Amino acid sequence: MAATEQTVEQVRAVTEQKYKYGFTTEIESDLAPKGLNEDIVRFISAKKGEPEWLLEWRLQAYRHWLTMEEPTWAMVDFPKIDYQDSHYYAAPKASKDKPKSLDEVDPELLATYEKLGIPLKEQAILAGVEGAGEMPAVAVDAVFDSVSVATTFKKKLEERGIIFCSISEAIREHPELVRKYMGSVVPYSDNYYATLNCAVFTDGSFVYIPKGVRCPMELSTYFRINASNTGQFERTLIIADEGSYVSYLEGCTAPMRDENQLHAAVVELVAMDDATIKYSTVQNWYPGDENGKGGIYNFVTKRGACRGRNSKISWTQVETGSAITWKYPSCILQGDNSVGEFYSVAITNNYQQADTGTKMIHIGKNTRSTIVAKGISAGKAQSTYRGLVRILPKAEGARNYTQCDSLLIGDKCGAHTVPYIESRNRTARVEHEATTAKISEDQLFYCRARGLSEEDAVGLIVNGFCREVLKELPMEFAVEAQKLVAISLEGSVG
Amino acid sequence: MLEIKNLHATVDGKEILKGINLTINPGEVHAIMGPNGSGKSTLSYVLSGRDGYEVTGGSVTFQGKDLLAMEAEERAAEGVFLAFQYPVEIPGVSNTTFLKTALNAVRKHKGLPELDAMQFLKLIRAKAKSLNMNDDMIKRAVNVGFSGGEKKRNDILQMAMLEPSFAILDETDSGLDIDALKLVADGVNSLRSPERSMLVITHYQRLLSYIVPDHVHVLAYGKIVRSGGKELALELEAKGYAEFGSPEAA
Repeated sequence: MAATEQTVEQVRAVTEQKYKYGFTTEIESDLAPKGLNEDIVRFISAKKGEPEWLLEWRLQAYRHWLTMEEPTWAMVDFPKIDYQDSHYYAAPKASKDKPKSLDEVDPELLATYEKLGIPLKEQAILAGVEGAGEMPAVAVDAVFDSVSVATTFKKKLEERGIIFCSISEAIREHPELVRKYMGSVVPYSDNYYATLNCAVFTDGSFVYIPKGVRCPMELSTYFRINASNTGQFERTLIIADEGSYVSYLEGCTAPMRDENQLHAAVVELVAMDDATIKYSTVQNWYPGDENGKGGIYNFVTKRGACRGRNSKISWTQVETGSAITWKYPSCILQGDNSVGEFYSVAITNNYQQADTGTKMIHIGKNTRSTIVAKGISAGKAQSTYRGLVRILPKAEGARNYTQCDSLLIGDKCGAHTVPYIESRNRTARVEHEATTAKISEDQLFYCRARGLSEEDAVGLIVNGFCREVLKELPMEFAVEAQKLVAISLEGSVG
Repeated sequence: MLEIKNLHATVDGKEILKGINLTINPGEVHAIMGPNGSGKSTLSYVLSGRDGYEVTGGSVTFQGKDLLAMEAEERAAEGVFLAFQYPVEIPGVSNTTFLKTALNAVRKHKGLPELDAMQFLKLIRAKAKSLNMNDDMIKRAVNVGFSGGEKKRNDILQMAMLEPSFAILDETDSGLDIDALKLVADGVNSLRSPERSMLVITHYQRLLSYIVPDHVHVLAYGKIVRSGGKELALELEAKGYAEFGSPEAA
């Protein structure tokens, strides 16, 4: 039947235009020579004017990395990465000396972020909410390739003792905090990609919320890979001191390029007594084209430590981009009564591959964790949920609830669920529920008979499927995420 | 309004409709009755544009346009509505979201401005009230956890919102007890108007006591074999469909 052909055409038409962030910014870059060796590590450290201890730490990580093997257990398949074929440092030339204020940021960069819909003009946002007499909803740290180009609302936040800046600045201005916490959740020897990150990380965000302070606005970092043949290795460190609260969001995009680019980030969260960190990700790296060419390798280590009693760390992720996703945002539930949450939507279309999930390590008494993972596969994509729930002997009364749902669109994609449960305490309760479903022809026709196009129908049905997760996102981003969910699947049915 | 001429259709290569002729004028309610397997549901799916129902001959003209050339969603936007025999569940999508998306898609097609959240809410509350449905129902996920009667009433609410000019009610009475049937019929009757036509597909005369048709047709083995007024339904109820033969005879 001609319908199949038509479908193929439709998919092609849509996928070619769907990634609207695929443009490149023409800006002169300050690049490190290609390749990876101790000199490059020293080069990066020198570029950033880092203290000796940090260089030593980087070198230690680099030397350890040389002894490690790339992990192969994930259900992803890709050609061997040539680590010598990348630039490990790329910065817009103008930002050699970091701009002191927004007025000094290269207009080309401001235009880029405007195009991406990221507000870097404080005035503009302030105007929008001033009527309400409150602080603006979102402060942004913009990371372009290897450097942070601007951070908004720093002053406003400083008034409450909140530190929100690039990690490079934090290393210069708050070395005691960085030294105390960096590597304390994800040690330099943790895993292949995290160790590589320790050696060559370039920038990222740093947040410190002092005791008893509730951060009055959403903090967010917007990562953009622009230069070609570069890897982005950012580090984010968030510390929530006793009784504090912060909600943080990261977003990511990259130009459309035929080559694969590596993004190996490390995120560390530390929550002290009664502190709460809510960390949301909307990941929309370039996924590659409809034939699986190009796209970002998103190999990320994210981990939060609930160090204090009654602390809480909540991860929410909407993963729609990247050619390959390899990430397991985790919680170490050390403090008694601490709570870990993981809400995830992972959408894979065309040739995308995602192996993602979480680890909940219950150490303290009455620790609780909730995992809700929704995987959606379309095209020829493969999506895997991989999760570990570990209850240690002293975790009296620990509880976990896990729910994994997979939705398949078409008959050439796959969904896999790999849960690991280890309980070493008799009083612990661990629950796991899993379902797999397909979008039914009945549902599609029902929607179409009410006037919805097939693509709108798929968007609606998938959004319904993800609702439990999407409602966890900060309101400012939930609408955006809903649209993204629909866009990522455009052309997946015909 | 709607003119069906010598319509032939196949499902999985098997011919189900073997030359249907039917003209429906504005404001008229036609009932189609017939035994199991006579092609009643196939007719409703062919008219509403479901995939897998292939038209092999004949034509359908709706308000001067070639209905068969349109996609299902275009037909809906042009004013064709199908009330389902089994309304479908859509988990996680609230009735309001679903209907707002649908209504705005239809309005867009008609060149009307989309309704904002407030306007929409006002409208759906008014419509729900006129159908004696409570607010709670419009907030719930589409048909999830609804009883049989609630599902059918929910479809009628959708019809009230979308204001089609031609509605097909596919065995709306199936699975309903008498009280639920009355409620649904009341809803349908409240939507009857001189501009709106309906095609009521049913097995039993029972429904037609509540939704009184202007014309009744007997569909047997792919053809309309007899047409008459509302009294034909009563006659069928008494005699059954035996006189119209068996599949082999057709």
